[in-house]
Amino acid sequence: MNVSVSAPNSATIAASAVQLARGRKPHRLTAGRIGLYAFLITAAIFFLLPAYVMLMTSLKPMDEIRDGAIFAFPRTLTFEAWWAAWSSACTGLNCNGISVGFWNSIKILVPSVFFSIAAGALNGYAMSFWRVKGANLLFAALLFGAFIPYQVFMYPLVIMSATLGVYNSIAGIVIVHTIFGMPLMTLLFRNYYAGLPIELFKAARIDGAGFWRIFFWVMLPTSTPIIIVAVILQVTGIWNDFMLGLIFAGRENQPMTVQLNNIVNSVTGERVYNLNMAATILTAAVPLLCYFLSGRWFVRGIAAGAIKG
Amino acid sequence: MKRKFWQNIMATLSLLPAWAVLLVAYTGSMIWSIQISFTSSRALPSNNFVGFDQYRRLFSTSRWLVSLENLVIFGVLFVVICLVLGFLLAVALDQRIRFENGFRTIFLYPHAMSFIVTGLIWQWMMNPTLGIQKSVRDLGWESFAFDWIGSRDLAIYALVVAGVWQAAGLVMVLMLAGLRGVDAELWKATRVDGIPAWRVYISIVLPLIKPMIVTSVVLLGIGVVKSYDLVVALTGGGPGMASELPGKFVMDYLFERQNIALAQAASTVMLITVLAVLVPWLYMQYFRKSGRSPT
Repeated sequence: MNVSVSAPNSATIAASAVQLARGRKPHRLTAGRIGLYAFLITAAIFFLLPAYVMLMTSLKPMDEIRDGAIFAFPRTLTFEAWWAAWSSACTGLNCNGISVGFWNSIKILVPSVFFSIAAGALNGYAMSFWRVKGANLLFAALLFGAFIPYQVFMYPLVIMSATLGVYNSIAGIVIVHTIFGMPLMTLLFRNYYAGLPIELFKAARIDGAGFWRIFFWVMLPTSTPIIIVAVILQVTGIWNDFMLGLIFAGRENQPMTVQLNNIVNSVTGERVYNLNMAATILTAAVPLLCYFLSGRWFVRGIAAGAIKG
Repeated sequence: MKRKFWQNIMATLSLLPAWAVLLVAYTGSMIWSIQISFTSSRALPSNNFVGFDQYRRLFSTSRWLVSLENLVIFGVLFVVICLVLGFLLAVALDQRIRFENGFRTIFLYPHAMSFIVTGLIWQWMMNPTLGIQKSVRDLGWESFAFDWIGSRDLAIYALVVAGVWQAAGLVMVLMLAGLRGVDAELWKATRVDGIPAWRVYISIVLPLIKPMIVTSVVLLGIGVVKSYDLVVALTGGGPGMASELPGKFVMDYLFERQNIALAQAASTVMLITVLAVLVPWLYMQYFRKSGRSPT
């Protein structure tokens, strides 16, 4: 019996999304099949229930929520909580809604995604096509750093960014995101470029193209798939970040996750559950949209992020 | 010739920012952070070295000991449940079922959401007065209890539930990829031999997808060590300090309790924990195979 399993890499994982199941052939509806579907549906309920409850709660008025029927469909459907969450939810004394955090997150997200991907693409390109001394060591060490908890670097980075005058600013948080995004982005592009035919590079060299010319005119135009994966990874990753935003962005630039936590977990006054849930959905909306729209690309991103090497 | 030389200089220069990040942001921070752990720094770093005093103090701080104990409980349960559930889901999805895409989308979507969102959703679900507990009791099961976040003994398990909900899909994706990599001949051969499918999964398939299992364990394990957001959103470490974790301990002592030396001692212990997992794995995963040498 010749049994083989292909080495795990992002390509096989992405491909698995398209391949047909190789399990046993389907039977007729036997007891086993029914059990199988029962398991899948139970699991689906477990995964869907929180989203359902969150949505229903956000659409109910508060007096209905106080009845305690968390699973019930709203008797009076109202979008008031959504509007309030967006425009007038309070964090401390500021009652401008979670839209403040949304725009802060956008302001953080756009440059962070751009710079981290640009850095990763450039590093990956230089590492895979050019003979640079110590490039392998650099790559291995960066990769190593990607696994170390942020808590280890946190305090010195705070002091450094304060010294540079970027602590508590958009610039500061963008730099930090670029730093922490660099290993994974470099890995992504390095692996991608390593899979490109070397002739592409050699031909460009013979034509007399230099380092930057090859990068911008040959490599980047062929990098669309990996750029999509990188964008998905960075958009979800940076949007979902809490810890870095909390520490480096400053009070004025708090990203949406930080503001959301402040809104919901503030201890003053009665808890407005419908508003809280609406705010939570709004905060989850960007990565969720990214997930549902990108489909298999998201899986590919996870795979690339998961198998570092 | 001269041109080629300049082009190579350019390539070297282009990697300078990466070197700077590695040497300053990663290595420099790490060394500095370890160095602080050997001083008596409180709110600001000082150079008064006190040897291993902070570590001694750390391991006599009950909050830290609780955090460590929680780390073990949370870590083991979270990783094991994610693995088992992820594997079962992957196997179930691999049976040529209908709506495979739909199911996979459902199992994975929580992974697109942040731990803050995850924590807040489950905090609401487990709300003792208005959450699931109330609804189930109203159905007639009076003794039903799901008020874990308010209980000293159970708060840590609430973290497990929320964490598994968020991360099981990730394991499923990895395992499913492993299963799809298994040779179709295997299934034909075992069917001819009349071996039951569950036997094949346990005895043959599991060992085959070991790389995926190891990868999952490492990813989940590192997630556990650094977990901070989920605790903040779901329980805030409470009630009391019942659900504190080391990742939160470090952040609290750095930014709220102004005891940076103790925090850095704790972060150094975290670092060592991660390295213990990481070094053997990275060696296996990466350094053994070599990428294409640069031309």
